[in-house]
Amino acid sequence: MSGAEAREAVFPTRQVLGQMKSKLKGAQTGHDLLKRKSEALTKRFREITRRIDEAKRKMGRVMQIAAFSLAEVTYAVGSGALTYQIQESAKSAKFRVRTKQENVSGVMLPAFEAFQTEGGSDFQLTGLGKGGQQVARCRETYARAVETLVELASLQTAFVILDEVIKVVNRRVNAIEHVIIPRTENTIKYINSELDELDREEFYRLKKVSGKKERDAAAAEVEREAKKSNAQGDFESQMEDEESKDLLADEGEEDVIF
Amino acid sequence: MAQPTAYKDRQFLAVIGDEDSVTGLLLAGVGHVTSPPDAQKNFLVVDQKTETSAIEQAFDLYTSQRKDIAILLINQHIAERIRHRVDAYTQAFPSLLEIPSKDHPYDPEKDSVLKRVRRLAGE
Repeated sequence: MSGAEAREAVFPTRQVLGQMKSKLKGAQTGHDLLKRKSEALTKRFREITRRIDEAKRKMGRVMQIAAFSLAEVTYAVGSGALTYQIQESAKSAKFRVRTKQENVSGVMLPAFEAFQTEGGSDFQLTGLGKGGQQVARCRETYARAVETLVELASLQTAFVILDEVIKVVNRRVNAIEHVIIPRTENTIKYINSELDELDREEFYRLKKVSGKKERDAAAAEVEREAKKSNAQGDFESQMEDEESKDLLADEGEEDVIF
Repeated sequence: MAQPTAYKDRQFLAVIGDEDSVTGLLLAGVGHVTSPPDAQKNFLVVDQKTETSAIEQAFDLYTSQRKDIAILLINQHIAERIRHRVDAYTQAFPSLLEIPSKDHPYDPEKDSVLKRVRRLAGE
């Protein structure tokens, strides 16, 4: 289906014309609504992209600070033992995320929210010998960094989802604008032209019929006229004949015997 | 479209990073090891000797196979090593985050998401 002449395969009747008109109206309403949705989403999308840009920069700074505090720890505790100890003692995540949803123009955007589970850390004994304070501070710093990261991740997820949804909505808007509406309009035009054609045909037929009738009537008139004038003569002569006859006289009629 | 079931159970963060980044993040408490029969860590330490295939494998594990990971953190210089995979990754869950490391300062130009952001913002 392409080009200006594309139309739906329908039989041109008034009923279908009505259907097509309501379809066109529905398509236009839908187009308006979708356009508005797309605009609302795009607005949101722009805001999110701006915030992602900011958050990424912030993350760069935060991670730098965190890395520095880790360097402090390594200096205090001594590097080899610490990393090994931490990697081996990690058992259950204390820092987790939960997702909640936010509704933007009918699109569910998930947002991550960081939370810390109850109970002690896996690293209670880390830095027991020396550098315990640094370890605690480092943990704090990293916890804050991770919160920033979680925030950024939820922005990014919203970005990915919105991107996809906006694409879908725009595709629909364009489909309605460039395919469905022109096609329906073409169909309506086609039905109208066909109906007009039928009307003209009907009119012509009626004219033909009435012309024929007129001709017939005229011919009949002429014939009757001729007959009449003929009959006039006949009639008069007949009248004369008949008048001579006695109406009551029985013309050889047999007597009725009861 | 993201279905609620797609992210309901996702509650962990996963890390692919160098030793320092992983240590710091573990210290914050993101580390998780699944229960014994098939103990899986949610972090991978990458150094110079780690094979690229191992990184890719971990990337696959965290992005497609495990359903409990909400956010995957990956050091930017490691993301560079599997850049084609990172760029091709467009899923919403888990969300992929490139983070700077101590030795490699953050470069916004290389971030695959930020690249998309820039492109869409029309800059």
